[in-house]
Amino acid sequence: MPSEQWTHPEPGDGPAAVAAQPSPEQVIAGLRATSEGGAELTQLLTPEGERVPSPQFDKYVDDVDDEALRGLYRDMVLVRRADREANAMQRQGQLGIWVPLLGQEAAQIGSGRALKKNDMAFPSYREHGVAYARGVDMKDLLGIFRCTDHSGWDYQGTGFHPYTIVIGNQVLNAAGYAMGQKFEGKVGDDDGEATICYFGDGATSQGDVHEGFVWAAVYDAPLVFFCQNNQWAISEPTERQSRLPLYQRARGYGFPGIRVDGNDVLACLAVSRWALDECRHGNGPVLIEAFTYRMDAHTTTDDPSRYRLSDELEEWKLKDPIERVRAFLARKGGADHDFFDQVQAEADAFAADLREYTFNMPEPPPERIFSNVYAEGNPVLEAQREEFLSYLDGFVSAGEH
Amino acid sequence: MTDLQKLTIGKALNLGLRRAMEEDPKVLIMGEDVGKLGGVFRITDGLQKDFGEQRVLDTPLAESGIIGTAVGLAVRGFRPVCEIQFEGFIFPGFDQISSQLAKLHYRTQGKIKMPVVIRVPFGGGIGAVEHHSESPESLFAHIPGLKVVSISNAVDAYWGIQQAIKSDDPILFFEPKRLYHSGALRAEIDVAGTPQQMFSSQVVREGTTATVVAYGPSVKVALDAAAAAEDEGKSLEVIDLRTLSPLDLGPVFESVRKTGRLIALSEAPSESSLTSEIAARVQQECFYSLEAPVLRVTGFDTPYPPAKLEEHYLPDLDRVLHAVDRSLAW
Repeated sequence: MPSEQWTHPEPGDGPAAVAAQPSPEQVIAGLRATSEGGAELTQLLTPEGERVPSPQFDKYVDDVDDEALRGLYRDMVLVRRADREANAMQRQGQLGIWVPLLGQEAAQIGSGRALKKNDMAFPSYREHGVAYARGVDMKDLLGIFRCTDHSGWDYQGTGFHPYTIVIGNQVLNAAGYAMGQKFEGKVGDDDGEATICYFGDGATSQGDVHEGFVWAAVYDAPLVFFCQNNQWAISEPTERQSRLPLYQRARGYGFPGIRVDGNDVLACLAVSRWALDECRHGNGPVLIEAFTYRMDAHTTTDDPSRYRLSDELEEWKLKDPIERVRAFLARKGGADHDFFDQVQAEADAFAADLREYTFNMPEPPPERIFSNVYAEGNPVLEAQREEFLSYLDGFVSAGEH
Repeated sequence: MTDLQKLTIGKALNLGLRRAMEEDPKVLIMGEDVGKLGGVFRITDGLQKDFGEQRVLDTPLAESGIIGTAVGLAVRGFRPVCEIQFEGFIFPGFDQISSQLAKLHYRTQGKIKMPVVIRVPFGGGIGAVEHHSESPESLFAHIPGLKVVSISNAVDAYWGIQQAIKSDDPILFFEPKRLYHSGALRAEIDVAGTPQQMFSSQVVREGTTATVVAYGPSVKVALDAAAAAEDEGKSLEVIDLRTLSPLDLGPVFESVRKTGRLIALSEAPSESSLTSEIAARVQQECFYSLEAPVLRVTGFDTPYPPAKLEEHYLPDLDRVLHAVDRSLAW
């Protein structure tokens, strides 16, 4: 980061002024220090797969027995396998683009599995794991990336809003939705409803995210802001977005902020359940910063080798979210080789099914261009549609004769 | 049963909003100062007092926030009516309008409906400072998925706002701010009557010499010009577009086939505007009926000037009559 972008006080300004202004190196060091563990990072499972007790959060995962843990492991393996298959299909020209989630499985499955049926999730565009956890058929997601559709699932039935590509827009939409839950009296006890909204570290620089924080705070909306800080907004690092850890921003808006190890599925589940619980009982909103890492490119059009060092990637590989659950399960005897093999076989079949579906995905007919622009009629558009379809019919007739 | 009331545009809007809120508990009003103050133009006067703070929301001061949360409330099943204080402040909300509000229905192939109304006081003539007198309606008419309405009289104000709120499509509702409280435009409205279709233009004065098509505050200018032209022995037909997207140009085509001449009138800058669209489509549909090219009387392609100059900037009766003369001289 160029030092001229920072205001350095002169020694003549006095010791207080000098102390109040951290150097850029200090700022970055501070971001990294709170990033890499320590007291501020909530963790229940170490990268080595050892369970760390947490007086505050253990009770939120009391029910996670070996079977449930195997379920979380299976979820993450399936989602990663689907992600890798989609990435490969893009490389083979079968998808227009893919947005990899590699490395973020724990953040997405942990938070996604914390949701209840009546909750609503507002995703950005990388939340394939949350979609899976909400019961969205992953085939329905692929239409977006094969460019046959903009959104193909039942958002109400699944409680999973359409993907939002404009950075940060969905945060305000989620705030409005959560205000609606509050206005309808759906908060206040264990059966209350909540909304969760996903965005990245880059989005925290957007005005809409700031406004979403303001609205949710002043209306006490039952909204969990779930920031997946994967360290990179395409090529821009987190320190280009903020000079303090992102979870600390919540304090400025008057609600709790917490940083969780985003590669720890158990911690993500526990912290999300706690935050959602706060919202259900009318104490929301809450900001969660899931500290994780985007192991692959931003999208398949990106080239991370231009802007980050391979050392960084290697370091994060040691924090893999799936491997630590596998180690934990193996160590405590919660699963054997047969189980791991079986999950892998299931994941391969899952991916093969997605591949076959993608290759045979029907293309929409031309009239789809004009369908559902408006809920009610628009004579100008209808005339345009008729004219275009009759133009197309002309080609068919010419070919037939 | 009839219930006649004599109302200004402002009072008609207020009563229309009240009726919509009474009929449907899902209707919310939201914006800056719309509650206790009743809006800077007092259009929402008394509504918070009667419907409470949860149905008439005095929001934080951020337009993207107002519109973005309205989108989320609509997803939840509410019918938000947002007030933007002045048209020049709508641009922080432009992203949410064009990226989400206009597209969610299309993106989900109809699974999500967006029954959101954005009320926008617009236009000049009130001697205001910068950003308080503009006419940005063409920018919104250009966005697929939105409907754009502009009212010119109290009858349309009363019915139009209720119809807009009932619509399942997102609607930008442009209100002629300088006419809100015009006593001259007070109209007797049968508030228990039946409205006409909102998405239709209307011949508001019949004539034979030339046609003037206008919308919003310009309709009054066109009617004043027609009254003055009559003294000179010219008979102007005046058409109020009422809805700017979709445009109902059928009555305009019909009128041009009768008069052979068209003046398109608007306060907005002319380049790439609604008047451009009207000119293009009229020459396409009425080419053999035209006795002269379609002429436009508009604001200039400049930012809105300091208000001491607005009498020169805003199209007035004389500029309309001058255009009629130019058309007749062809």
